[in-house]
Amino acid sequence: MAKLLMKGAEAIGEAAIRAGCLAYFAYPITPQSEVAEYLAKRLPEVGGTFVQAESEVAASQMVYGAAGAGVRVFTSSSSPGVSLMAEAMSYMSGSELPAVFVNIVRAGPGLGGILPSQSDYNQATRGAGHGDYHFMILAPATVQELVDWMIKAFPLSEKYMNPVMIMGDGLIAQMMEPVDFDSVKAEDIIEVESWATTGAKGRKRNLINSLFLDPLKLEEFNHKLAAKYQRMAEEDVYYEKYLMDDEPALIAVAYGTTARIVKTAIDVLRAEGMKIGLFRPISLFPFPKVELREESAKDHVRGFSVVEMSNGQMLDDVKWATLERKPVGFFSRNGGIVPNPEETIDFLRKEYERTGA
Amino acid sequence: MKTIFERPDSMTEKVTHYCPGCTHGVAHRLVAEVVDELGIKDRTVGFAPVGCSVLIYEYMDTDYQQAAHGRAPACATGTKRVRPDLMVYTYQGDGDLASIGTAEIIHAANRGEKITVVFINNAIYGMTGGQMAPTTMPGQRTTTSPMGRDTGSVGFPVRVSEMLSTLATPMYVVRASLHSPYNIIQAKKAVRKAFQYQLDGTCFSFVELLSTCPTNWGITPTGSNKWLEENMLPYYPLGVFRTPEDDLK
Repeated sequence: MAKLLMKGAEAIGEAAIRAGCLAYFAYPITPQSEVAEYLAKRLPEVGGTFVQAESEVAASQMVYGAAGAGVRVFTSSSSPGVSLMAEAMSYMSGSELPAVFVNIVRAGPGLGGILPSQSDYNQATRGAGHGDYHFMILAPATVQELVDWMIKAFPLSEKYMNPVMIMGDGLIAQMMEPVDFDSVKAEDIIEVESWATTGAKGRKRNLINSLFLDPLKLEEFNHKLAAKYQRMAEEDVYYEKYLMDDEPALIAVAYGTTARIVKTAIDVLRAEGMKIGLFRPISLFPFPKVELREESAKDHVRGFSVVEMSNGQMLDDVKWATLERKPVGFFSRNGGIVPNPEETIDFLRKEYERTGA
Repeated sequence: MKTIFERPDSMTEKVTHYCPGCTHGVAHRLVAEVVDELGIKDRTVGFAPVGCSVLIYEYMDTDYQQAAHGRAPACATGTKRVRPDLMVYTYQGDGDLASIGTAEIIHAANRGEKITVVFINNAIYGMTGGQMAPTTMPGQRTTTSPMGRDTGSVGFPVRVSEMLSTLATPMYVVRASLHSPYNIIQAKKAVRKAFQYQLDGTCFSFVELLSTCPTNWGITPTGSNKWLEENMLPYYPLGVFRTPEDDLK
């Protein structure tokens, strides 16, 4: 199909429909209210359901109810709104419900600002709500990837019976880029009669629940979740390696919007003869720990350089994954400021020199 | 031999955990009888609250979802909107619905969600051990109002049925009570009517059931029925507050 020039936020809505998701519940919040505006118009055309909830608390609980009824459903929000969804996130993980959440991250804490940020990394990967749980977190870097991962997120959430979060930022949501909605094949929803509350016709009743009054049963369930996350780490880790084939001396690590800027910086420095590569995690949970650890063991790798729009949240995961076998440098812009190529080039050049690469 | 009384088909055989004299069991039974009578057992989905009745899903033999504290009307909205053929109801206590879930109940009602809400008002938090609820009576002693509810510092009890009745959206709102056999029969009629409105796709329906909590009130079961009659009825008048027929006139 021909490519369409589309704004990221609208592409999120269209991609959901292409994925077979016809239910969306949300509360407006900048910088992604266009998802709701797009779907308020588009969903009725395809027989779908949109409800503007009274809050993000309610929107996420509507997602719980719809997911429990065995239909594909998603919501989208931005950081302060996602904080309000923490309760439903915990309950949905505890009830093992598939659904997709989108967080178009803006700078915080508090009301913060509306500009792009990556300061919700910890909230996303560690779980915003209470209890021992994780979402699968996917971080696209382009509008095309946003579309592709939206379409793949639904079957992934059904594979694990666990919510999946797409994490972007205001840049990806507000930017227009050409997209092809057929670049990834949509998959049908799995069988739901065995677990969803569709009405107990000709079967035993189904229960959507996260209450375990017996601690032994709850412990057993906690172990089941741990095994699920382990399986994610074995089967669904995603990342991109950019210019990593020629034994680079320095490896930059960045995801999402920041990774695009780092690529530009690397291209410039490569022209100066510096052998720098980029390791870009796409699945932030499960984090590509094994792959980064392998890199850290290679003799030609002299250091890692993390670039983030936060005070260093993924940085901790990079240090953990690489065991700090090599120096891990860090550069960030905060407050909604996207690092520009010049300062990123300066940082990587200094890193290259500092690590003696 | 003719059977004149038995367990409703829509209830399981599990023995309830409720305290002696608690009216939750009566309210559960009324809902189950109505589900049986309307023949909707195989397309009913209930939403359990947080509170004493969280385990209602153990007693009702229909599909069930357990909702976070106060969120049942939002969860029920999600289910009903994507599967409108299901009969969807929430069963919530006063801590759940009238305190932490105030926003969810008001907006579900105002959107005119075609769901049914069974609201148990026993003027206290039961499961957490008898703390003050928004519905606790003036002067009523609870573990968090040991001198009695002081309306000067915590306000007066919230009348949810009256509050919902101020909304312009057509709806069915009724308050009944479970403190006597006569009132239980009236309550059953209210529950049945509420489910019928949903079955007909007419409107949001809301049944408030005044209930007793002998354990946390510190009164005997029969004394609790009398206490409800003397203290709650004057403040929470019974009756139909709204019908869609009147609203649509």
